[in-house]
Amino acid sequence: MAHKNLKLNEPTGDEVKTTTCYMCACRCGIRVHLKNGRVRFIDGNPDHPVNRGVICAKGSSGIMQHYSPARLRKPLLRVGERGERKFREIEWDEALALATKWLGDIRARNPDELAFFTGRDQSQALTGWWAQQFGTINYAAHGGFCSVNMAAAGMYTFGGSFWEFGEPDWERTKYLMLWGVAEDHDSNPIKFGLGKMKARGAKIVAINPVRTGYGSIADEWVPVNPGTDGLLAGALIHELLRTDRVDFEYLVRYTNAHHLVIRDPGAVDDGLVARDTNGKPLCAARAGIQQPAARPDAAPSGLHATSSGDGTFSLLPPGEGARRADVGATPPYRVVLADAAGILPMVVGEYGLHDGRRAVPAFQLVAERFLADDYAPENVSERCGVPAPTIRRLAAELAHVAFDEAIELPIAWTDTHGRKHATMVGRPVSMHAMRGIAAHANGFHTCRTIHLLQVLLGAIDTPGSFRYQPPYPKTAPPGNKPAKARKPDGTLTGNPLGYPQSPEDLLVDAQGKPRRIDHAFSWGYPLASHGLLQSVIRNAVDGNPTKIDTLFLFMANMGWNSAIDTTATRKLLCARDENGEYKIPHIIYSDAYDSETVAFADLVLPDTTYLERYDCMSLLDRPISDAESAADAIRRPVVAPDRDVRPFQDVLLDLGARLGLPHMADADGNPVYKDYADYMVRHERAAGVGMLAGWRGSDGSRAGKGAANPDQLQRYMEHGCFFEARVPEAGAYYRMANRDYLEWAQSMGFVAATGPVTMQLYCEVLQRFRLAAQGHGEVQPPETERARVARYFDPVPFWYGDDDTRQAVRSAERAAQTGDALPDADRSRSGRCAPSPRPSRPSEPTGEREASFPLSAITQRPMFMYHAWGSQNRWLRQIAARNVLYVHPETLAAVPITDGDWAWIASPRGRLRVQVRAHAGCASGTVWTWNAVGKKRGAWKLGKRAPEFVEGFLLNHLIGERAADRAYANGDPVTGQAAWFDLKVRLEPDPEPHVPGHRVELAV
Amino acid sequence: MRPSLSVILFTVLAGAGYGLWWLLGAALAAGIYPFGGTGILVPLAFGFGLVTAGLLASTAHLGRPERAWRALSQWSSSWLSREGVASLVAYLPMLAVAWLAYAHRPGWPMRVAGGWLALCALLTLVCTANIYRSLKTIRAWRMPQVLPGYLVFATLSGGLWLWAWLALAAGNVIGLAFPLALLALAVAAAVIKSDYWRTIDRAPVSTAGHATGLGHLGRVRAFEGPSTEQTYLTREMAFVLARKHSARLRKGAVILFAMLPGIGIVLALPYRAGWIAPVLAISCLAGLFIERWLFFAEARHAVAAYFPPRQD
Amino acid sequence: MTALPAPSPKKLGLVIDLDICVGCHACAVACKEWNDGGAFGPLPDDDPYGAEPQGVWFNRVHSYEVTAPGTGDREPGTADTLRDERVPGPPFQAPQMVHFPRSCLHCETPDCVTVCPTGASYKRAEDGIVLVDEDKCIGCQLCAWACPYGAREIALPPARGDASDAARKNSKRGTMQKCTLCVDRIYNETLDERDRQPACVMACPTRARMFGDLGDPDSEVSKVVAERSGYALMPEFGYRPVNRYLPPRPRRDGGNAAATEPAAEATLDIERLPPLLRWLDKALSR
Ligand SMILES: Nc1nc2c(c(=O)[nH]1)N[C@H]1C(S)=C(S)[C@@H](COP(=O)(O)OP(=O)(O)OC[C@H]3O[C@@H](n4cnc5c(=O)[nH]c(N)nc54)[C@H](O)[C@@H]3O)O[C@H]1N2
Ligand SMILES: Nc1nc2c(c(=O)[nH]1)N[C@H]1C(S)=C(S)[C@@H](COP(=O)(O)OP(=O)(O)OC[C@H]3O[C@@H](n4cnc5c(=O)[nH]c(N)nc54)[C@H](O)[C@@H]3O)O[C@H]1N2
Ligand code: SF4
Ligand code: SF4
Ligand code: SF4
Ligand code: SF4
Ligand code: SF4
Ligand SMILES: [Mo]
Repeated sequence: MAHKNLKLNEPTGDEVKTTTCYMCACRCGIRVHLKNGRVRFIDGNPDHPVNRGVICAKGSSGIMQHYSPARLRKPLLRVGERGERKFREIEWDEALALATKWLGDIRARNPDELAFFTGRDQSQALTGWWAQQFGTINYAAHGGFCSVNMAAAGMYTFGGSFWEFGEPDWERTKYLMLWGVAEDHDSNPIKFGLGKMKARGAKIVAINPVRTGYGSIADEWVPVNPGTDGLLAGALIHELLRTDRVDFEYLVRYTNAHHLVIRDPGAVDDGLVARDTNGKPLCAARAGIQQPAARPDAAPSGLHATSSGDGTFSLLPPGEGARRADVGATPPYRVVLADAAGILPMVVGEYGLHDGRRAVPAFQLVAERFLADDYAPENVSERCGVPAPTIRRLAAELAHVAFDEAIELPIAWTDTHGRKHATMVGRPVSMHAMRGIAAHANGFHTCRTIHLLQVLLGAIDTPGSFRYQPPYPKTAPPGNKPAKARKPDGTLTGNPLGYPQSPEDLLVDAQGKPRRIDHAFSWGYPLASHGLLQSVIRNAVDGNPTKIDTLFLFMANMGWNSAIDTTATRKLLCARDENGEYKIPHIIYSDAYDSETVAFADLVLPDTTYLERYDCMSLLDRPISDAESAADAIRRPVVAPDRDVRPFQDVLLDLGARLGLPHMADADGNPVYKDYADYMVRHERAAGVGMLAGWRGSDGSRAGKGAANPDQLQRYMEHGCFFEARVPEAGAYYRMANRDYLEWAQSMGFVAATGPVTMQLYCEVLQRFRLAAQGHGEVQPPETERARVARYFDPVPFWYGDDDTRQAVRSAERAAQTGDALPDADRSRSGRCAPSPRPSRPSEPTGEREASFPLSAITQRPMFMYHAWGSQNRWLRQIAARNVLYVHPETLAAVPITDGDWAWIASPRGRLRVQVRAHAGCASGTVWTWNAVGKKRGAWKLGKRAPEFVEGFLLNHLIGERAADRAYANGDPVTGQAAWFDLKVRLEPDPEPHVPGHRVELAV
Repeated sequence: MRPSLSVILFTVLAGAGYGLWWLLGAALAAGIYPFGGTGILVPLAFGFGLVTAGLLASTAHLGRPERAWRALSQWSSSWLSREGVASLVAYLPMLAVAWLAYAHRPGWPMRVAGGWLALCALLTLVCTANIYRSLKTIRAWRMPQVLPGYLVFATLSGGLWLWAWLALAAGNVIGLAFPLALLALAVAAAVIKSDYWRTIDRAPVSTAGHATGLGHLGRVRAFEGPSTEQTYLTREMAFVLARKHSARLRKGAVILFAMLPGIGIVLALPYRAGWIAPVLAISCLAGLFIERWLFFAEARHAVAAYFPPRQD
Repeated sequence: MTALPAPSPKKLGLVIDLDICVGCHACAVACKEWNDGGAFGPLPDDDPYGAEPQGVWFNRVHSYEVTAPGTGDREPGTADTLRDERVPGPPFQAPQMVHFPRSCLHCETPDCVTVCPTGASYKRAEDGIVLVDEDKCIGCQLCAWACPYGAREIALPPARGDASDAARKNSKRGTMQKCTLCVDRIYNETLDERDRQPACVMACPTRARMFGDLGDPDSEVSKVVAERSGYALMPEFGYRPVNRYLPPRPRRDGGNAAATEPAAEATLDIERLPPLLRWLDKALSR
């Protein structure tokens, strides 16, 4: 008898709607299949540029997120104590009236009393603009604890970044180094690309203390010790320099390698690039092969100084003059504009400027730094955990692929000097790096070191190398600076976030103290381009620098996995003053689900799920572009909410109108925008530039710039909810200096001018801050902060250990108090590669702390979970409902602990009882676990005995929010990036190793 | 394999029932059964009780017990189906014997019916044993001791109940041959089971390297399973029993199903203490219950090799 | 029918590339999603938000640590810290991690079909797909016991804690469920031609899963199996799996690298010249 009920031709549903996934920030195109009004199936949109039809575990299970029992249903007003999770359901009118009252009072009093911080959203183009209209400087998203080190290092170095703003040339790269990447934002494209590379036989090297996921399929796994990548990358640079495997032509064309750096210790411009009176950088150029012994030419027009001499120059390092004689006579030079075409620039040597001072090409400073013994493979290998021969081999492999296996594409293009090139030469070596680099207190400099490695190989935006994704490249750094002042109408002069270029751009008061609640753009973290969400709660409770009235959070689980030192953060949220009032008077929170943070809010504004609202992935924000095309996308309501919830963006615009904010309410107080969809279509940031780039112009015929088009959203929906503008073929590579690209980018509104982007091998911006710390300029750091700023604002990247910051600061303070002179460069283990004098010796032996907490503890993202969101998903939690601590078997044996036992992981902060399992795929000095699987009982509508809290755990409890010195946040001294992965721990056995159960015991 | 109560009850109880039936039937066929009428009906009914209780228990193992009848269709290939058919067919001679006994009709019809009953009961036992024996995936169940073992256990446990009835019906009179035969069976049961345990303890365990086909690359160790929590597969097939538990249980099982009955028989004979027989029969069932529990708990399914070792 | 059909020339199946599988579980979840709402669904879950969440999946992803004997940079773990069996021998190298998706292999001569007492478990004559007829299955689980690959799962009644499952029509509780090779997709005329593929294959972001006719030596899947020495799992059971696994390619780490010692440019004597000096004569043009 046949299978009677075998239905082979059932339609998937009765309707299919395309939209954009939001189970993570990758933003793939999806098709939502509906049946009887319910979501029946979600699959990848095969026409979508991001995912080309594939869909990940999170995306497929979005259906269960959408129907999660933990969805919020109605606005909530707190009736119990904070943290008790006792609420009263209220109507939207009441909720909005209350919020309007709180915020209205603040705006009348002092807009900065609103701290508005957002988490994992992609609506910063809206939220940042809203903060600007409200007039608070206290706005940021979560980038400060996410990966601002990557963003800042990239933007200040080459006007782009890893993250999701660039990608390896998946089609052509022959060698990919993955530095500290477990998953990253470009979730599907990376997997897609890796699959392609493997099929092509390209080599993948995973540099990571842990081997899982991407590392599993890599050809080579380099188990580096956490926090030492800067040393490893430095040693690779050392080897490339030593063996002369550097793309000099690339350097002098596209970077500031040849720019002359003034050598005039003590002068106000020491270490800055020598410039003409128009501010154009200068370089030393060979006077011309055809004209031997020519005298240096007259100064370039506008130079005020006199010519410096007769064509002779001294050599560096000093004392080499005699040996120089072997090689022949010194070439004559002249000082010319560095960006001139057709010159023959010098990259080493010391040259006289027209004012008689000396200067050296930036490259020489870089080369001196990395050729030093500090970065010799033998000297870094112990600290990195990578054998010296391996380092040398990796360097040789990089050079081999970049130079001996170079590729040349027959694509004609025109450079920014108007010169035509028939082909594009490619260095098919690519790198990708993410939080393994970012989440350390040395991440900014480490990331810059990796970028330098790429640049020296000529491997940025060439065929086969790392590629920019439009709208990048921008100038390095991009021109927007953080707004500091308010206009008469109460709005800020610009966006609260940006890229400071000199001390004048900081948000500090006359005493040099921070102005922002998160201390971003202060002397503690001058380049904190994404803010420091991780510090907001503590500072707000401390009233440092000032008290705030309302903490307005959106989509950030600060009560749990987003918090550094979760237990302390949860206490702080409930802290009261002497009058019994909460120290943070009001907390408004928008979440879509019953997360841990909801429990701490006074007013909860329930958001819709991603299938119930309009959203916008704008080119003004974090677009969905890939290297081949600029692209943006929308999300649109696929089903109507079955609860009394509203899209947060609608609510935000509504609040803006109720508050009468400029551009949100008209003169009569009526809302300017009906809702977010209306805003997406009609709002213009600049003439013709709006949230969406596609189908602009009244007839929808314009791309990039054009008048608003009322049918725009309709057109998006007809086209899979995305818009794509392909980069012209001639603009495929060399975009930093490719006229074909830059003209297109300008027409799209991405860049203001079509000038070249000069990569900053030597980062002059950093030197400006260092000069201030040395007592120059209008805006200088307070005395106590000088040593720290001077040390970390090194224009050439360097490596320092995780104990460096603390010691540096402590002794700097002491030095400031006692008036001691700063000792000479310290050559102790942790600061060995420090270029500028370390302010002091450690006050306690470095070894002591290392001995008591000898292991590094880090986390990784599971591919199938997105932070906290996944545990409410009935399918995903069937994959992982608990996490364990993975430890190398040798390390386990040394404690001793048996595989599978319950034991303790302890840091100076306290200890956690966790289950331990052996994993030979990790460095023996590293322990790790999956991130954010552990949950707090009571949240996410999970049962009372859910493994997520009975057995699972969050490492965050053990991470201190302050750096060991307590003066600064536990993070990067340049950007403020949270140093999650600097955590040091030890393991302790438990007397009852077979009794399950997670516990937290913290030091008081 | 996870020891499931319904399957243990089924094989232990129905096994005893069929054991009893086949001995009774054989005795009737051979014409050596000492009683007629009620003397037949009581043990027959007792066997009926055991068999039916066992069969009913077995349906509790089914996901869709209401469709159990469908299991009769595939007798041409499936041992489970054959067992189903045989178990039902066995009710026919049982009814025949019952009717003949009720009607007090000894002689050839009873001999034929008895033989038929013995044959069907034996066949059912063989089918049951073959359900397990035929599974290539569970090495322990493919051991040569499984079929004889199952027959011996069934005969012993059923036989003890028959002996109990005989002793009772004859007013505590016990013969010599039957208890001695049971004694021999008890010894055989102990020997077969010990031999079985020795064999499975020595059998190589399939490794992850083998299961994944990656063994040629080196040592393969399961790092993470597909789920951090238990699933049907891990509960059902990756059930592992700690060695120390198994040693204790094995001892207990042999004491209960073989040693106590054996010693009991030896002691009962000189003292003509037939009353002890039901105690011994219960002891044997209890022992077999543990034995059967172990039969599952100690059997490692091939699929277990894919999973990380259980931590709890 | 429980009897196996005569071998069909068409042998539909999957080929899984262990060289590029990153263990992302996309295939497993896409499978769960498709089938939960499809002709063979729902795939019931028990205690989905509670202490013991579990449910029926047709495809599950494992991960393994593979440690080759040899002397690596890293010493091995000592045997007694690990609970499972270890192969004795020389020290082990740093391990390779291999992710391993596991679903029905649509065997040619599997016992999961022949042990079935009801005929619910059957193999299609036309394409070799092994299916369960949910209307006939009594949930005796013998087929699951007979499958060495763990490809069959069942949700047993009664449901613990989850009413919504019971509320769903046509609950498949109590009947055996397994990979259907997406038979309700691959022939589905209501789908676009390009979508007539298994859900797991369409989802896989690395393209580690391929679907096709392994009976046709000229098919893409057969060719890649031949080229990459695709293998069948545990052939000794004699079930003759149709699905094939492509083994990890040899990793090109240190040992097999193209360049070993840094080759300085031939013209340059790096020993003689201090590095900075030698660049002085470099004629670079901009
Ligand atoms: N599935 C999924 N995807 C996500 C997310 C998610 O939660 N789930 N989150 C998204 C977000 S917000 C972000 S920021 C990105 C982050 O994406 P990733 O950067 O991939 O984030 P992590 O998982 O933190 O991975 C950090 C990696 O660095 C390694 N590592 C740690 N310390 C070091 C070190 O010192 N050196 C080196 N070389 N490696 C080190 C860790 O072992 C780990 O593999 O992912 C995004 N994508
Ligand atoms: N130990 C450790 N901690 C870490 C990290 C780590 O690597 N290790 N990574 C850090 C990094 S990089 C990041 S980005 C953070 C991420 O951490 P978060 O951004 O805090 O965490 P998420 O879990 O992504 O979710 C934030 C909140 O958004 C809510 N949400 C989800 N969808 C919606 C929606 O549609 N609307 C609204 N309004 N809310 C929604 C969720 O319910 C959740 O409460 O974690 C950080 N914490
Ligand atoms: S990668 Fe992210 S956006 Fe893409 S399908 Fe997965 S969850 Fe959705
Ligand atoms: S894999 Fe298992 S279920 Fe699938 S055909 Fe083979 S034996 Fe049967
Ligand atoms: S569980 Fe169903 S399909 Fe499997 S053997 Fe039993 S009746 Fe057949
Ligand atoms: S072929 Fe279909 S049913 Fe089988 S594993 Fe893939 S998605 Fe699941
Ligand atoms: S989707 Fe592909 S890469 Fe991911 S686990 Fe499945 S087979 Fe592996
Ligand atoms: Mo992040």
